[in-house]
Amino acid sequence: MKRKTNTISTLILGAAVVLGLASCGGNTEKNETTADEKALSGDIKIDGSSTVYPITEAVAEEFRAEQPGVNVTVGVSGTGGGFKKFSRGETAISDASRPIKDKEKAACEENGISFVELEVAYDGLAVLVNKENTWVDHLTVEELKKIWEPAAQGVIMKWNQIRKEWPNEEIHLFGPGVASGTYDYFTDVINGEEGASRGDYTASEDDNVLVQGVSTDKLGLAFFGLAYYEENKDKLKLVGVDSGTGVVLPSQETVANGSYKPLSRPIFIYVNNKAAEKEEVVSFVNFYLEIVPSISKEVGYVPIPNDILAKQVEKFKNFVAKK
Amino acid sequence: MKNMTNAQKNKLIDNAFKVFGIACTFFGLIILAILIFNIVEVGLSRIDWDFIKDLPSRRAQKAGIYTALMGTVWILFLTAIIAFPIGVGAGIYLEEYGKKTKWASLLEINIANLAGVPSIIYGLLGLEIFVRIFGLGGSLLAGSLTLSLLILPIIIVSTREALKAVPSSIKDASVALGASKWQTIWNQTLPASIGGVLTGVILAISRAIGETAPLIVVGALAYVPFAPSSPMDEFTVMPIQIFNWVSRPQHEFAVNAAAAIIILLLFTFMMNGVAVYYRNKWQKKIKW
Repeated sequence: MKRKTNTISTLILGAAVVLGLASCGGNTEKNETTADEKALSGDIKIDGSSTVYPITEAVAEEFRAEQPGVNVTVGVSGTGGGFKKFSRGETAISDASRPIKDKEKAACEENGISFVELEVAYDGLAVLVNKENTWVDHLTVEELKKIWEPAAQGVIMKWNQIRKEWPNEEIHLFGPGVASGTYDYFTDVINGEEGASRGDYTASEDDNVLVQGVSTDKLGLAFFGLAYYEENKDKLKLVGVDSGTGVVLPSQETVANGSYKPLSRPIFIYVNNKAAEKEEVVSFVNFYLEIVPSISKEVGYVPIPNDILAKQVEKFKNFVAKK
Repeated sequence: MKNMTNAQKNKLIDNAFKVFGIACTFFGLIILAILIFNIVEVGLSRIDWDFIKDLPSRRAQKAGIYTALMGTVWILFLTAIIAFPIGVGAGIYLEEYGKKTKWASLLEINIANLAGVPSIIYGLLGLEIFVRIFGLGGSLLAGSLTLSLLILPIIIVSTREALKAVPSSIKDASVALGASKWQTIWNQTLPASIGGVLTGVILAISRAIGETAPLIVVGALAYVPFAPSSPMDEFTVMPIQIFNWVSRPQHEFAVNAAAAIIILLLFTFMMNGVAVYYRNKWQKKIKW
């Protein structure tokens, strides 16, 4: 009998310890609110693209210092997954690395949700090869299409099929997985149809895997976000893209001024109309637009020019005023 | 080879197999050692008290695992209190009460099969049932219920194994002395097998805390700047935080990920240690 009592008391003790541990930190980080601003409270649920995530996370972090009473949570379900939740009204704001699709729009309408689309930053898609690749100096959009279009599957397997003077060796392709907005965007502008590409390439949702792949494979070719190139400059060779007006290398400048075509894109947040009735959401979005230029730079994206930013602020103001 | 006797040949085969066995053993161990060494080398210096108590941040140096750690602790606790009674109860029923019918053996095969279902499938099930139909949202409770489903088969199977190991002479003696079936189970069978049962439960829960996929499907988040305070709160867990850091472009985040992995490993080792401790403790105690 004694043994049994011991078992039970040990279990209860264990449970108590775990619970105590869990509850001990509920109210640690409470910063003081700035005196001139009204202290807000509430929850703001954000989900969506993993590309936009670093920016939104950073904004949420800064916002917390201003308004510690507002709990902002950010998920990374991907652009498509984020819109699914957004169209059910489960999230207030959706991160997106591409504009909303008609199908997703329809789903929002069905549930009586209207929204506003706000550009928050630019992202360049970089095309990269291995450091030891001596032959590739640039690629034209047509050549990229030749490599990545659906018809290339099982056909374009060697470098000299792209340009005759290039070596008669296999080409190894690396790219983002089909669930990412990055993939959607690339296939849209290069292959002319969203989601259409060859399937026989190494795909990963984790861009670091792509970096690893192309930096260790002399015959590799990859595309992914510019931020990942900038962090791995010593391991990779950047390839300029020619869209008919000369070769342009992606950089903060060429992405911001639009000369790096067609592989630079805006990234967005979408705000739900019902959420925009809440003071804390309005305050958060205004704060977002205010600090996003400096934040984008910090986390490796390209800030949007001031005039376009001003338009977004105006757009959001009108959206809120419409109520 | 030709002028060897049979005995010599057999000895050679014997030795060859021994070498092969040793190689197999060390293969796993060495890979594990390399992995751990690698992680510790990168991450150990990053671990300090701030790392444990800080909130997530875009600055790798400032970022901590506090909310993820708390999420993991909550998930662990809730999963344990949900899965323990249900799993052990089901195990006792199947082993002690259930009749050996065709229906029972079908049930048995299904439970064994469930243990092999990929975890993401449980995530989808959890999303539909707990998140949508029960309306629990992406809460700790929904996550814990999903993980409970995931580990139930493991707990049931290990409970049954532990109960089976109790000699039938003990049960027969108890019944012969006039104890009812329930009295026999509660006073004899369960105390004798509790070490094995608990080991199974703890190992199952250690598996649950490493799971990411089902929790992401259920709606665990990546950035949660507050520790959960009730089972209905939204949450993040350590594996999600680690995954998130690993996929960042900046290398400093990889260091954070390594540090978080060390802590998660410590957590798992600790739980396995507790399991081993209880097993030994209870095994020693049993004297009939």
